[in-house]
Amino acid sequence: MDTALLIEKFSLVIIVFLISLGIAAYSTYFERKLAAWIQDRIGPDRAGPFGLLQPIADGVKMFMKEDFIPKNSDKWLFIIGPGISMFTALITSTIIPWGPPIEIFGRQISLQIADFNIGVLFIFGVVSIGVYGIMIGGWASNNKYSLFGAIRASSQMISYELAMGISLITIILLTGSLSLTDIVKSQHGMNWNIFYQPVCFLIFFICSLAETNRAPFDLAECESELVGGYHTEYSSMKLGLFLFAEYVSMFISSALMAILFFGGYNFPGMDYFDGNTLAILGVLAFFTKTFLFIFVFMWIRWTIPRFRFDQLMHLGWKTLIPAAIINMLITAIVIAFNKGWF
Amino acid sequence: MEAKEHYKANELTDLSKDTIDGEIATINFGPTHPSTHGIFQNVLQVDGEKIVSAEQTVGYIHRAFEKLAERRPYNQITPITDRLNYCSSPINNIGWEMTVEKLIGAEIPKRVQYMRVIIMELARIADHLICDSVIGVDAGALTSFFYPFTEREKIYELYEEICGARLTTNIGRIGGFERDFNETFHTKLKSFLKTFPPAFEEFNSMLERNRIFMDRTKGAGPISAERALNYSFTGPNLRAAGVDYDVRVAQPYSSYEDFDFNIPVGVNGDTYDRFMVRQEEIRQSMRIIQQAYSNLPEGPYKADLPEFFLPPKAEVYNQMEALIYHFKIIMGETHIPAGEVYHAVEGGNGELGYYLISDGGRNPYRLQFRRPCFIYYQAYPEMIKGMTISDAVLTLSSMNVIAGELDA
Repeated sequence: MDTALLIEKFSLVIIVFLISLGIAAYSTYFERKLAAWIQDRIGPDRAGPFGLLQPIADGVKMFMKEDFIPKNSDKWLFIIGPGISMFTALITSTIIPWGPPIEIFGRQISLQIADFNIGVLFIFGVVSIGVYGIMIGGWASNNKYSLFGAIRASSQMISYELAMGISLITIILLTGSLSLTDIVKSQHGMNWNIFYQPVCFLIFFICSLAETNRAPFDLAECESELVGGYHTEYSSMKLGLFLFAEYVSMFISSALMAILFFGGYNFPGMDYFDGNTLAILGVLAFFTKTFLFIFVFMWIRWTIPRFRFDQLMHLGWKTLIPAAIINMLITAIVIAFNKGWF
Repeated sequence: MEAKEHYKANELTDLSKDTIDGEIATINFGPTHPSTHGIFQNVLQVDGEKIVSAEQTVGYIHRAFEKLAERRPYNQITPITDRLNYCSSPINNIGWEMTVEKLIGAEIPKRVQYMRVIIMELARIADHLICDSVIGVDAGALTSFFYPFTEREKIYELYEEICGARLTTNIGRIGGFERDFNETFHTKLKSFLKTFPPAFEEFNSMLERNRIFMDRTKGAGPISAERALNYSFTGPNLRAAGVDYDVRVAQPYSSYEDFDFNIPVGVNGDTYDRFMVRQEEIRQSMRIIQQAYSNLPEGPYKADLPEFFLPPKAEVYNQMEALIYHFKIIMGETHIPAGEVYHAVEGGNGELGYYLISDGGRNPYRLQFRRPCFIYYQAYPEMIKGMTISDAVLTLSSMNVIAGELDA
């Protein structure tokens, strides 16, 4: 392995890390602004011009708060919980293809940290670990409301992962690959998966809402019932990490939806460009799509009420999973038919 | 163990069909829980998410209003009533004033009665708006809280024009008002009558037919008409259960018989019905305000009761009688004839009654508030038995139990 590759990958890791954190930070600002606009308010406008320094002020506030650990909690698990949440939220960004390859100093640089050939499986693996952060945090707090939040979160995530996984099989069937790079490449130009698999997208989208604990599936924190849910006992930056992890995973989920269904960095008319122009335009297209989904996530949160726990389970097991299975079967049959297997 | 016995002994719901698997946990739902909207405590025994039994506590903000009233002159009791149901304090104020007027047998001018109707219906709208938007908040839709608040603010501005205060209004006097509606009030009321209905329908459309909201609220915390009557429910919560009892129609006061309005009733007595009944009552209140305002009679804005209205300063300095009345009012020496009276108004939450015994002195011998919230809260454990914690939250907010009225 040559040094140039190491430097290239290392700088890419740093950049992606910073971008993820930056976008997550400004998602909090944007969420508050959007909520304010939806609710006919002004929103944060004190820190800096248009309140643009608000995320920094929030971060400083979080660090300055007393870091309180409840007396009867399990100290180490209590500390590990938010860490796991943050770690799993960030690590998914390694396999996201941010754009077409770019050429710098005569080197062809791929805008993807690691091109796993099992990319989709990796996502599911990491997402499954993500629930441990909430579970461990809620359990270690030694608070009944936290425990309720943890139980709700774990059963919710396990249920919705199934539907998510089954729905994604159709995309794998269409592309014939588990690698995210191949999935993006197969959607060249306007050949996006959404036009072939709208039902699959709908299921995946609903599951993403549930996986990221966003309204209407935010039962794990559910401030009107469980006080603060799994993070009731958390304070200072530990709470900050939990909240931040939610925004990071929202960003990653939006990015995944853009990649899997909306062509990732592909955009109509991309054949007219090449080289670095294409790369830059591709990155722009990718982020536009991602931000659009982040906006939809927030729009939903501030518009509709949340489900009750049993209704959530009913929706997951009785609606989404059967729908995903039927969708998968139909897709499989159609593909088999096209290949002349009948 | 104790909870399990309690669970088996309970015959009110058909929980006995289910079995309890695992342990029963006790959780404190309140007094500092975010969704109790005030200081209530409920000790819930839960089997997972399901509530096996509940026990409620009252008295966290008991301020001994009834005892306080025994040491206060009559006109100084009005500010106490502000603090009962603080979401609709004008109704409390006016209800109390009418109780005293009933005892002394005062003749109230038609204009005062109509003015009171306008104010009380505005207060009812404000009260129901809070309740319905809070149901939305507890169901997780925070935006539904902000939409009606813009309109509710206009109602508070109207209070301000009449009495200068917004929350604890102390509106009116025994026998009428301290001043007539001013020009600003007329302008603001006219603009409110125009802007409120579309804004209200916008708020309504956020929740009324929302599938998630309907799924959440339908069947949550139901009570049958029979059980509700046994608990002596009144107001929107009783009407949601299907009984068309409304004090405004059953025992009309303040010229309510002059107006044409409907009494909405529900079917199941669940959270959704309570929400819908309140929404419809807001529309009916708008009808009443429109009728009362367009037919507002000319005449004096106060009854001929000089012992309750401070005379103008010029008269106090120059006339004997005015000086005497001024002295008596300021020193709280206005005596009321001996007697016993019960007067009820349709408050924001139901029949708000004042039972007053006077021994002829300067303050009541005994005063009892019939507080509807106190009665609703008794039925709360029965209503949430077998429901989930989420339902318990919605039931509490949809019954509109207000801490100030609960504990008096």
